[in-house]
Amino acid sequence: MTGPLLSIEDLRVQYGIGATAVPAVRGVSMHLNPGEIVGLAGESGCGKSTLAYGACRLLPPPGLITGGQVIYRGRRAAGQAVDLLAATPGQLRELRWSEISIVFQSAMHSLNPVLSVRAQLNDVLVAHTGLRRAARESRARELLDLVGIPAGRLASYPHELSGGMRQRVMIAMALALEPEVVIMDEPTTALDVVVQRAILEQVAALQQEFGFAVLFITHDLSLLLEMADRIAIMYAGRIVEEASAAAIRSSPAHPYTRALLGSFPALRGPQRELAGIGGSPPDPRRLPPGCPFEPRCSAAIGRCQHERPALAYRSGSGRRAACLLTSGPVTSGPVTSEASTSEPVTTPPVTTPSLATEPGSER
Amino acid sequence: MARMARLMARMARLPVTARTGLVMLAGFALLAIVGPVIAPDNPSTVDPAVALQGPSAAHLLGTTQSGQDVLSQLLVGGRDTLLLGLAAGAIATALSVAVGVTAGFLAGIADEFLSLLSNIFLVLPALPLLIVVTGELKDRGPLPTAVVISITGWAWGARVLRAQTLSLRGRDYVLAAREAGERAWRIVAFEIIPNEVAIIASSFVFTTLFAILTYVALAFIGLTDVSTWSWGSMLYWAQNGEALQIGAWWWFIPPGLCVALLGMSLALINFGLDELSDPRLRGIAAPGADRGDRRRARRLWRPAAPTPVLYSVPPPDPEPAPEPALEQAPQLTVGGQP
Repeated sequence: MTGPLLSIEDLRVQYGIGATAVPAVRGVSMHLNPGEIVGLAGESGCGKSTLAYGACRLLPPPGLITGGQVIYRGRRAAGQAVDLLAATPGQLRELRWSEISIVFQSAMHSLNPVLSVRAQLNDVLVAHTGLRRAARESRARELLDLVGIPAGRLASYPHELSGGMRQRVMIAMALALEPEVVIMDEPTTALDVVVQRAILEQVAALQQEFGFAVLFITHDLSLLLEMADRIAIMYAGRIVEEASAAAIRSSPAHPYTRALLGSFPALRGPQRELAGIGGSPPDPRRLPPGCPFEPRCSAAIGRCQHERPALAYRSGSGRRAACLLTSGPVTSGPVTSEASTSEPVTTPPVTTPSLATEPGSER
Repeated sequence: MARMARLMARMARLPVTARTGLVMLAGFALLAIVGPVIAPDNPSTVDPAVALQGPSAAHLLGTTQSGQDVLSQLLVGGRDTLLLGLAAGAIATALSVAVGVTAGFLAGIADEFLSLLSNIFLVLPALPLLIVVTGELKDRGPLPTAVVISITGWAWGARVLRAQTLSLRGRDYVLAAREAGERAWRIVAFEIIPNEVAIIASSFVFTTLFAILTYVALAFIGLTDVSTWSWGSMLYWAQNGEALQIGAWWWFIPPGLCVALLGMSLALINFGLDELSDPRLRGIAAPGADRGDRRRARRLWRPAAPTPVLYSVPPPDPEPAPEPALEQAPQLTVGGQP
């Protein structure tokens, strides 16, 4: 297989139409290679779910895609590229689940409470395959077995299962047709850490076995560091940094990534002080004219207030970051680490004037 | 007051159907208030000299067999028809809220009993029962009639409200309220009923419609006090005078048309109420969007269809062009694999 399996190019998604529309995804480009786990992290409201659902055209009204391309080059597409944004509802129907499936955030609400697990697994198989009843039954058993649920629970109803089991059923359902891409939208957010761990290990093992690609959406960066091959960090509707998990962990290039990394304790290594990120994400309708993270950035310099950094590849490294401080050649490494550790470099009142000048400079 | 103002602002954004209904109903309400005052004649004055005349300058809607002015009857009769409809609608809705919410909230034996009661009233054939009961009434004035009509009309609403209450009483916020020590009546009044306003309002409008039609039907067959003027009693007298057979269309068309239009206005309002009370039906275009945007939104979004793609929409805020100097690699490459 050559080239990425799924490539999202300059995708733009907004909610509503007209002057009051809220742009939630502002020109995001990213790709997913076969068999790769890509993490998508960011605060609530940064557009990560909108990006994933928008790319699959699953956003309910008033979601509206206003630009970009989503190219899928899958096994069953036989080398042909399909633009999901140009696909007809019929084509989408065929692609969905058999090629691109989703594990939804809340298993509690994604499983129909009045249908048994068997009926719900069956639905998928009936809709997409021509399997006979006996074959469907054995496939359903096999699927439950894959995710570590005894096949005897096929007759159970969702309320008879624990939260972790329900999420496992959701994963089994997502894998029912051996898709090439599985989008996981915070699949473990509602679970405790022990169950979370077990489920993620299961996902990783299944991924090894079947080789599907995973787009893993979460706000838990620590989880991605362990799990993902590559991580994209989103902020205010854009990707601000994208790099391999190891690179993100060892040398984050964007101050926002550093701030995220600084907000949870490290399991190994010396203890350090935890730091939150002050302030809250900007109103997507009125982004600061410069870097959207500038008002909350501890490393901001004067230029950041009126210059919007582009998401640029750092030469030769295959990683990209949208920060004026690090967008230069790779040599900027030491500069950034200094800026992040020494407070005197930043001027504390930076936030206030930038907020005050924002409306005037925007309109 | 502020609530009222908000409601008015919302009304301005209602779909055309609901607004038409409200304007029509307002027209009928105005008619009911000022009608008896502006009526040109006493509707009961008999004047054989002008019997059964078609519309003319002296009698805009013509006269009846006994020379009564049809327009005056129409104007005077509107008040009775509308008031009775609203009164019966209000009584029936109050009954259905009381029975339905109580049954749904208490569950158990009380629910069994109240459900049985509403089931009985559901299967009782309304019109024959009404005919029997009103036949027995000594006072056939509007109020007793309204009470009798509402007794036959409350059961539908009660069934619906019971079902909705059953669903609501298990919701987390109701459990939380109970846990917080709120008393049962408070939970019902502040946690459950506000969530049922849409159903209650639509059941009120629907029951009012039912009451008006039933009242007209009862009057038409002479089972109400036909010496008072209502649109139903006008039809009764028109039928009595064989207006249809002698071709006196001006006698029976105006009251019939008024009943039909009043019913239509209530039905239109019912469509709008749905949208007014359910924010999810309301806000496809963001609040404050202008007319054109809302029209475009209606064309663009179909709930079950894939997310629409519209390339012609300009970005809401113009993006500053990224500096080309910073672009060291094309935006999309197989960047992950050096």
